[in-house]
Parts: sequence; C-alpha cells; structure tokens
Amino acid sequence: MNITKFKKKDVYWYLFIIVLIIIPLVPFVVNNSFLQHVLILILLFASMSQSWNIIGGYAGQVSFGHSVFFGIGAYGAGMAVVKYGIVPWPGILIGAFTASIVAVIIGYPCFKLKGHYFAIATFAIVEIFNRLFMVWYWVEGALGLDYPLVEVGWKNFIWYNTKIPYYYGVLILFIVIFGIVRWIEKNRFGYYLAAVREDQEAAESIGINSTMVKLAAMAISAFLAALCGAFFVQYNFRVDPPMVMSLSMSMTFVLITILGGAGTILGPLMGALILIPLQEYSRALWGGFGGGMDLIIFGIIIVVVVVRQPRGIMGIISELKNHFQKIKKSDFNLKKTEGGE
Amino acid sequence: MTMFFQVAIDGLLMGMVYALVASGLSLIWGVMDVINFAHGEFLMVAMYVSYWLGFLMKVDPIISWVASGAFCFILGAITYRLIIRQCLGGPALSALLATFGLSMILKNICLNRFSPNYRILTGTLLDGKKILLGDLIFPLPQLVTGLSALAIVFIIFYIIKRTRLGWAIQATAMDKEAAELMGIKTDWIFAFVFGLGGACVGIAGGLMPSYLAVHPEVGGLFSLIAFIAVAMGGFGSIPGALLAAIFIGLIEAFGGFYVAPVFKYVVVFGLYIAVVMFRPKGLFGW
Repeated sequence: MNITKFKKKDVYWYLFIIVLIIIPLVPFVVNNSFLQHVLILILLFASMSQSWNIIGGYAGQVSFGHSVFFGIGAYGAGMAVVKYGIVPWPGILIGAFTASIVAVIIGYPCFKLKGHYFAIATFAIVEIFNRLFMVWYWVEGALGLDYPLVEVGWKNFIWYNTKIPYYYGVLILFIVIFGIVRWIEKNRFGYYLAAVREDQEAAESIGINSTMVKLAAMAISAFLAALCGAFFVQYNFRVDPPMVMSLSMSMTFVLITILGGAGTILGPLMGALILIPLQEYSRALWGGFGGGMDLIIFGIIIVVVVVRQPRGIMGIISELKNHFQKIKKSDFNLKKTEGGE
Repeated sequence: MTMFFQVAIDGLLMGMVYALVASGLSLIWGVMDVINFAHGEFLMVAMYVSYWLGFLMKVDPIISWVASGAFCFILGAITYRLIIRQCLGGPALSALLATFGLSMILKNICLNRFSPNYRILTGTLLDGKKILLGDLIFPLPQLVTGLSALAIVFIIFYIIKRTRLGWAIQATAMDKEAAELMGIKTDWIFAFVFGLGGACVGIAGGLMPSYLAVHPEVGGLFSLIAFIAVAMGGFGSIPGALLAAIFIGLIEAFGGFYVAPVFKYVVVFGLYIAVVMFRPKGLFGW
C-alpha cells in the first residue's frame, strides 16, 4: 500500500497553508472598521516587534532605541509626501537606508557596552533624537507633518474611506519581515547571532567577529523597523516626534516581543495578538472613565505576565506541550505495564 | 562673570537633587542588579503626597518630606515583596519590564485621580525667599532642598559603610548565598534596600513641590537623568553617582545657558554617550 502516514510535520504544513489562504480573506468577512483597524495594528505591531526580535531576541542585545529607526522611516515617507509633494515610495526607501546607516553609527559605540549599560545608552539615544527632531526646522519640529489630501490608490499608498488595502499592505510587510527573520533563523547568520547571544567571548574565540555580526543585525533590524514606521505614517496621515520617537514606543517593541517570547519566530505575533486587542478594546471600553483607566489595566497585565511567566506566551505554550507529552508518556507507560502483566 | 557663577550655582543645586534621586537607584542597582524603571514615578508619588499634605492640611514641605519619605519606603518595600522578588531569578530584564508596568500603573492612577494639571504649593515657609551674596542669588527653597539632599546622600553612604546593617547590605551585594550562610536574612535586606531606594526619591520629592510643579509626567525626566547619573558614575557606586549627578546638573545648567535651553538635555545625553564610549563601565566603575 502506498498510503503514507500523516506525520506531525505535515499537519503543521497543512495548517500553515490553510492559515495562508484564510488570512487574505479576512477583510471580506469582517465589515466592522474598528475590527479591521485592530487587525491592521496587530499585523503592524507584530512586524515591528519582529524587526526588533532580530537584534533583541536572536542577538540578545536589548535595545530600547528602535523608536529612532521607526521614526526615521516615518519621517522619510512623511517628508516625501508633505514637503516635496511626491509619492511616498522614494521617501520610504531613503528613510529605511538612512535608518540602517544611523543604526550602524550609533550601534558601533553602544555595542561596547553590556547589559543595563547598553539599555541606558539606548534610552539616551532616543531622548537625543526626540529632542533634536522637536526643534529641527526642516522636519517642522514639534508641529509635526500633516498629510495633505492626495489622490487615493497604491501610487500614493493612501486611502481615506476604506481600510482593506491597508490590510493587504501590512500583510505584505508582515510576510516579508517574517520571511526574512525565518531565513536568518535557519541561515549561518542566525547561528552567528545565537552564538554571540549565548557567549560573546566563546563566539569570538571560534572566529566570529561579534561586532560585525551585531552591526549587521542592527542594520537589518533598523531597515525593517523603518519600513514599519513608513507604513505607520501612511496609515495615520500625521507624524510628530513624541508619537514615533518616544521611549514608550520603544517599550512597545520590547514588551510585545518579550511577552510573546523573545528569540522565537512566533513570539512577536503572539505578543501582538494579545497586547494590541487588549490595548485597543480597553481604550474603547474604559477610556472614558476619567482617562488612564485603560493604561492602568494594561500596566497590571504587563506586571502579572512578566512576573508569572518571564519567557512569555511561547514559554507557556512549550510548558503546556511538555505537560501533555508527559501525560501521554505516563499513559503509554501505564498501558505497557498493564500489557506486561 | 557673575552670570557664570549664578549658572554654576543653579546647576549645583539641581545636581544635588539629582544626586539623591540617583543614589537611591544606585543602591538598588548595586545590591540586586535591578533597574527600577518606576523610580521617577516614586518621585512623582512623593511629590503628590507632599503637595496634598501642604494643600489640604497646611503642612509645610520642610516637615512633610518625612511623611513622603516614609510613604515611598513602604511603597518600595511592597514593590519588592510583590514584584521584584519574583523577578530576581529570571531573565536579566524581567525586573525592568515589570517595573515599567508598575510605572504605567502609578502614573495613570495619579492621572486618573488628580487630573493632568500642573500643581504648585504657594505660600510655604520658604516660598520666594532668597539669600543674596554680593551679586549672587541663592533661592532658598532650592538651597534647602539641595543641601538636605546632599546630607541624606552622606547619611546613606555612612549607613552602608559604617553600620552593621550596612555591612550586611554589602555582604548581600557581594555574594547572596554566602551572606545567607552567615545568617543574614537576604530577603529582608533586599526589601530594606528597595525601601531605602524609595525613601531617597521620597525625600527628594517631598521637598520639591515648593518650587517645582507636580504633574503625572514629572517623574519621566528625573528617572532618565538618574539612570544616566548611575551609569555614568559606575555600577552601584554611591560616590560615583553623586559626582556624576552634580556633573550632570552643571552640564545641564551651562548647556541651557550657553548653548540653548532646548538643547540642554541633548548636551547631557550626548556627553553621557561620549563618556561611556571611553569608560564603558562608567567613571568609577570596575
């Protein structure tokens, strides 16, 4: 007989293909524009956090400076549309490459630092950029860039009365970024990153240039974060420094990834799936109770999750898996002993 | 030349307050290797305690700093028991993220209860008084706050270096297991240290409402400055944090006066980056 047995791996593949077919069809089922907004934000924040995951999760350098790259990408697109009145695409590319260059420039001194020193240096960098952009006349300073009314469509990447094209736009971004991270994970480069994360001295002793590896990871990560920033501004029609280049934006990157599970490919998606609906719905439901109610609840959830399960949602999943496997195994052992008797 | 000295005085007075805030953080960082992200929010809470005591019960900040210091000591100890203790064995940054959640909670509770309005205590004992020394002006509220801050930093330094409790804290910081074998209750030491760190900002915050407006976002900048002072001074070194904080206060004042007010924090943070490029563990770190 030529019937091959269903293997576990095959099941995962079929599930993956089914999900791939379902995801693009979602907007046709979901007509509620708030729900579409939440879906777009989930995908956007999952992509952003995935870009952070390259440097923060795989390379183990917990950078709080990613809102700088996000902001540079956002300003790239914004400047092209608002200041020069052209399509955003060249601005997006210039923004992304600028973000990479800036990442290398600030990464070079910062990678000498370790642990908390590195984290604090990146805090300082966010504040420097935030304050410089606040007074930089060329980018309109603290006023920010407000989008003019332009022709809708893919050419300008702007739509006013529908969110569905944005959904497809962010879906493409999401798939590209996840694809790149998946490729890195299985590539030689991914093993370099893991080696540097686990033990930098040992990695250097077997001939890995740890600074180069970290700088390359930082550049890729910044490039992808800048693309997400460009999408963010195209979706928001507005950008100002506190909105994109703030510590709280940086913390969002970090929190989503850590809550989902840093250094895993599904972690950022899991984190975004939990945190973003929570944030949006608590804002919608409790935002009216004198302000701040939604953020209090958000804060409580962050504390509880971090204290209870530091490895994040992926940690919970792997624990559950172990638990069930143990049950199965003990079940199996039980049967064997019964059979033996 | 008068202007130069006046700016230097302002910078020094601000730097002393930064020193007290930073030494609390430095203590916590040095003993348990944890960054308390809610440090600035402790300051904000202390300022609110002092403000409401002054506004509702007419207690002057000169007295009510005791209350806000005690309040923040308890707040710190509770934070340790509920949050930090669970994070100590885990990944390096879990305590930082958990205290970030705590800072969100504290900030938004104050926003929800007290509204985002700026509030300042008027008509206090020291309000508007100043000492004139030739052409130089010493504003009395700032002077009293700065000098008390300096005194408390020295008291804490004395406690750490000279008392039995301080030796126990040092032993715990060096080697937790060995300290436990010597019969030191490290759990209590940690709770005490976290409380002491809280009390430092509590006292600083208690003295400030007579010249600095209270609002829910006031802590953010102070905690950033404290992070930078501690990292510039070096891991867990209180003298380092003190000198770095005064240095930062001076740089801030001179940068604000001679460069431009909007660039003063850019100068401070840029200088920090420059310092850690040459001394990756801070000026006094090892």
